[in-house]
Amino acid sequence: MADDTDETDELLGEFLIESFENLDQIDQDLVALERDPESTEILSAIFRAFHTIKGTCGFLGYTTLGSVTHAAETLLALLRDGSLVYDADIATALMRTTDATREMLTVIETTHAEGPDDYQEVVAELQRLANPEAAADDADAPPADAPPAPPTPKLGDILVESGVITPTELAIGLVQQADAGDKRPLGEILIDSGSVTEEQIAAALADQKRARSAEPAARATSADSTLRVDVKLLDTIVTLVGELVLTRNQIRQLTAAESADASFVAAAQRLNGVTAELQSHVMKTRMQPIGAVWSKLPRVVRDLAVQCEKRVRVDMHGQDTELDKAIVEAIKDPLTHMVRNAVDHGIELPAERVAAGKPEEGQLLLRAFHEGGHVHIEIQDDGKGIDVSRLKAKAIQKRLITKAQAEEMSDRDAVDLIFSPGFSTAEKVSDLSGRGVGMDVVRTNIESIGGSVECENRPGAGTTFKIQIPLTLAIVPALIATGGGERFAVPHANLLELVGLDANSGHVIESVQGTPVYRLRGRILPIVYLNRELRLESTERSDHGGTIIVLRADGEEFGLVVDHVIGTEEIVVKPLPAHVDAVTVFSGCTVMGDGEVALIIDVRGMAEQSRVLDQAAQHRDTAVDNLGDSAEPAAPVLVVKVSAQTQAAIALDNVERLEVFDRKSVETAAGHRVVQYRGSLLPLIDLPGMVGSGDGDDSNGDVSVIVYSDGRRSVGLVIDSVIDIVEEHVTQYEVPDRFGVSGAAVIKGVVTDVIDVPSLVAAMPATFEELLANASERVTTDA
Amino acid sequence: MPDSRAFCTLIVGDQLFGVDVLSIQEIIGEQRITPVPLAPRTVVGLLNLRGEIIPAISLRTSLELPEADPGSPRTHVVLCSTAGTSSLVVDGIGDVVDVDEAAFESPPDTLQGPAKELVRAVHKLDGHLLLELDIDKALAIHAA
Repeated sequence: MADDTDETDELLGEFLIESFENLDQIDQDLVALERDPESTEILSAIFRAFHTIKGTCGFLGYTTLGSVTHAAETLLALLRDGSLVYDADIATALMRTTDATREMLTVIETTHAEGPDDYQEVVAELQRLANPEAAADDADAPPADAPPAPPTPKLGDILVESGVITPTELAIGLVQQADAGDKRPLGEILIDSGSVTEEQIAAALADQKRARSAEPAARATSADSTLRVDVKLLDTIVTLVGELVLTRNQIRQLTAAESADASFVAAAQRLNGVTAELQSHVMKTRMQPIGAVWSKLPRVVRDLAVQCEKRVRVDMHGQDTELDKAIVEAIKDPLTHMVRNAVDHGIELPAERVAAGKPEEGQLLLRAFHEGGHVHIEIQDDGKGIDVSRLKAKAIQKRLITKAQAEEMSDRDAVDLIFSPGFSTAEKVSDLSGRGVGMDVVRTNIESIGGSVECENRPGAGTTFKIQIPLTLAIVPALIATGGGERFAVPHANLLELVGLDANSGHVIESVQGTPVYRLRGRILPIVYLNRELRLESTERSDHGGTIIVLRADGEEFGLVVDHVIGTEEIVVKPLPAHVDAVTVFSGCTVMGDGEVALIIDVRGMAEQSRVLDQAAQHRDTAVDNLGDSAEPAAPVLVVKVSAQTQAAIALDNVERLEVFDRKSVETAAGHRVVQYRGSLLPLIDLPGMVGSGDGDDSNGDVSVIVYSDGRRSVGLVIDSVIDIVEEHVTQYEVPDRFGVSGAAVIKGVVTDVIDVPSLVAAMPATFEELLANASERVTTDA
Repeated sequence: MPDSRAFCTLIVGDQLFGVDVLSIQEIIGEQRITPVPLAPRTVVGLLNLRGEIIPAISLRTSLELPEADPGSPRTHVVLCSTAGTSSLVVDGIGDVVDVDEAAFESPPDTLQGPAKELVRAVHKLDGHLLLELDIDKALAIHAA
C-alpha cells in the first residue's frame, strides 16, 4: 500500500514480462497436452505457471486476475493429481483462461490497474469443471500439495485470515495509513484503534516472517545463471563494440605502413584478436533462440486448424538455433504468415488427405539451423503443394505474365510467382491469412534484413519455404569496390562470385537485344554498370576492363560492373542521414579504416533502379553457348577450411593427396615440424590464418595435411578439413599484403584466401632444406 | 543583455549571413567529404564527425549561387536542426557580432529567389546588412 512507487513500477514491469512469457509457455503446453493428456510433467508445469502469476498479482492487488488464475490453478491441481481427466471442454476453458489472462495483463500494462471486466464466466466455467471434488476456495488458501504461501503475505491479510480483525477494521486501518498520511506501521495503528492486542500483532508478524522465508523458488524454469538486461543497454554496448571495430580497422591500416614499429604491430595484432572475440561475444548477447518466435505458433496452428476443420501437427527442430534479436523481430510476422498459409491453403481437409493416401493429420515441420554464416529456417508441410497450372492461369488473369511467358516458364519459376505483388491463390481471399498481406511482403521483409526466401514445391506432396538470413545485421562483411574514384561497400549477403573482365581472354560483356549481358557458364547474366547507374565519371583507364560482381536480389542474379575490387572489410552499418536516405541504391553508410565515409550499396535498390531484374527474368531460361568461358579452361581448385571462420583455396595442380596423421607422429627436426612419410621427412607448414596447429590445442588428435609436391620435393600443408573441389574459373582480387596469400576470391558465395604455396615453401629455412635433402638421400641409398 | 544576441557571420560570395552562436555546435575547416551520387544537389556529401556520419549541405547551392572555384576554401558550420546534426558549408567565417533585437527588419522585397525563403530577418550593421538565416529551412531535407 504505502509502497515506494518506483519499486512498484519495477516490480510491475518484471511481473508483466514474466507473466507474458509464462502465458506463452502455458499455451504451448496446453497444445502438447492434447496429444498427451495424462502427462503429469506438463500438467505440473502449467500449474506452476498459473501459480506464479497468481502469487505476484495477489501482492500487487489485482484481485480479478487473482481469482481467475486461482480457479485455473485449482482445476490444474486436480488434473495433475489424476482426480480429473483432461478433455476438450477443459482444454477450451483453459485456453479461454490464457486469453483472458492475456487481456487482463494488457489492460494492466497500459493502465496499471485492472479493467472493469470481472471475467466471472471464465471463473465460473473453471469452477464448474473442477466440481464436484474441489470447492472454490477463498483467494488466499493455497492448494494442498502446492508450495506454501504466495510471496510475503501482508500483515493485514494475515490478521483478517486468522480472524483477529474483520476486513472492515483492516480497511479502516489502511485508510488511516494511506489517506491520513499516518506514517506508523499498520500494526501500531490497529493496536491504537483497539482492534488488536500487541500479542496478536507479534504472532501475525511471526507468521509473516515464516511465510517469507519459506517463499518457494517458484521460478523453477529460468536458470539462476541468467540475468535480465535492458535491450537498450545491450544496443549501446553493441554500438560501442562497433566503434571499437572501426578503430581497430584504422589501427590495422596504420600497421600496414612500412614504417610501423614492430612492437606496435604486435600490440595491434593482440588488439585485433581481442576485438574479434569481444565482437563475437557481444553479438551473442543479442542472440535469442528461434524457439522464442516459434513458441506462439503451435497455438496459432491449433486455433486455425480448428477453424478450418483440419487436423495439423506442428513439429519443431532446432528451437535452440540463435538469431540476433533484430532479426527475430523482423521475421516474426513473415513466419506467422507462412505458417497460417500452410494450414489454410496447403494442408488438405482430413477426408481429402485420406483419399490421397495420407495420414488424416497434416504435418507442419519447422526447421532451423546455422550453416555457412547464415541462419536457415524451413517451413515444410505435407499438404497438397502448389498446382502450377492453376498458378499460371491466375498469373495470366492478373496480368502478371503473358500466355506466351506462361508456356515457356519452368515450374520452378512459376512457383516463384507467388512472391509477386498482388498475388493470392486462394479461391476466395480468406480472412484467415490472405487478406492484404501477400508473400511479396514476406519476401520484402526478409530481404530488407539481407535474407532470401524460396519456395520448393512438391505437387501433391506439399511445399517447403526456405529462408536464409545472415547472422548479424550491424557488423557485416562487405566487398569494397571502386567506381568513379570512390569506394562503395557491397554486403556479402547478396554476393555470389566475382568475374574479372579481360578482353584478351575473352571475358567480355556482350550485347543481347541491346542490353549488356555476360555469359556465365551457360547462363546469361544481365549487367549493370555501377558508374552509369550512379552517373559517375570513370577514372579508370579501360585497359583493365573492370570486374563483375555477381549478385542476387529477389531470387534473380545479375552482374554489377565496377572499376576495381579492393578487398573485403568488416564494416559497421550506419543508417543514411535523413537528407539522403531517399536514394534507393544505398542502404546505409560506414566509416572506413582510414576514417572516410563509404556508401553501402543496396543490392535490391540497385537492381530495381536499373530494371535489370526484368531482363534477368527474360534471359533466365535461355541456355547459351559458353563462348566466354571456353576461352580459358577452369583450373580446379581445392577449397579447405583453415579455421572456424576462414577458408582457403589451393590450386589442385600440385596437390598429391590428403593425408591424416596422428598428432603423436608429428616430430621436430631442426626446429621445424615434420612427419615421417613414405620413407622421407615431410615438413609441415601451417596455412596462413591457421589457428592452432595441432600441438597443444584441443583438436581430436588428428592432423589433416595436404601433401603438395612441386617436382623437387613435397611439403605438407596443415589444414582443418577439406570443404570441396571447385571447377569454376576463379577470379582473384588483391588483398593487402599477407604472407602466403596471393589474393582472395569469392567461391560459392564465401570470401576465400587464395594460397600462394610456392612462397610458403620458399620460406622454409635453408638449413632445414639441407637437412631434408640429406635425409631423403640417405633413404634412397638405403632403399 | 536579453535584447541582443550574438551572431556568427557566415560568408558566401559577397553576402553575409548570421546564425545565432548558440545554435552552432562547432566550426571545422576543410573536410574529406564522400559525395552521395543521386542525392539532392544541395547535399555536398557525407563526412565523419568523430564517428557520427553527418550530411554536408552547401549554402551556396541552396541559394542557387554559382559554384565556387574549385580549391577555394570552405568551412563547415556544424548545426543542430529539426533534421538532425548537419554541416552547413560556407566559404568562410566572419566576426561574431552582437545584434540588437530591436534593429531587425523583415526581408526586403528586393531579396528574391531562394534567399527569400532562407532569410528570417535582416539586421543593419555598420555599413552592411546581415541576413539572419533560418537554420531549419537552410538544412531542410529536399527531394532529389
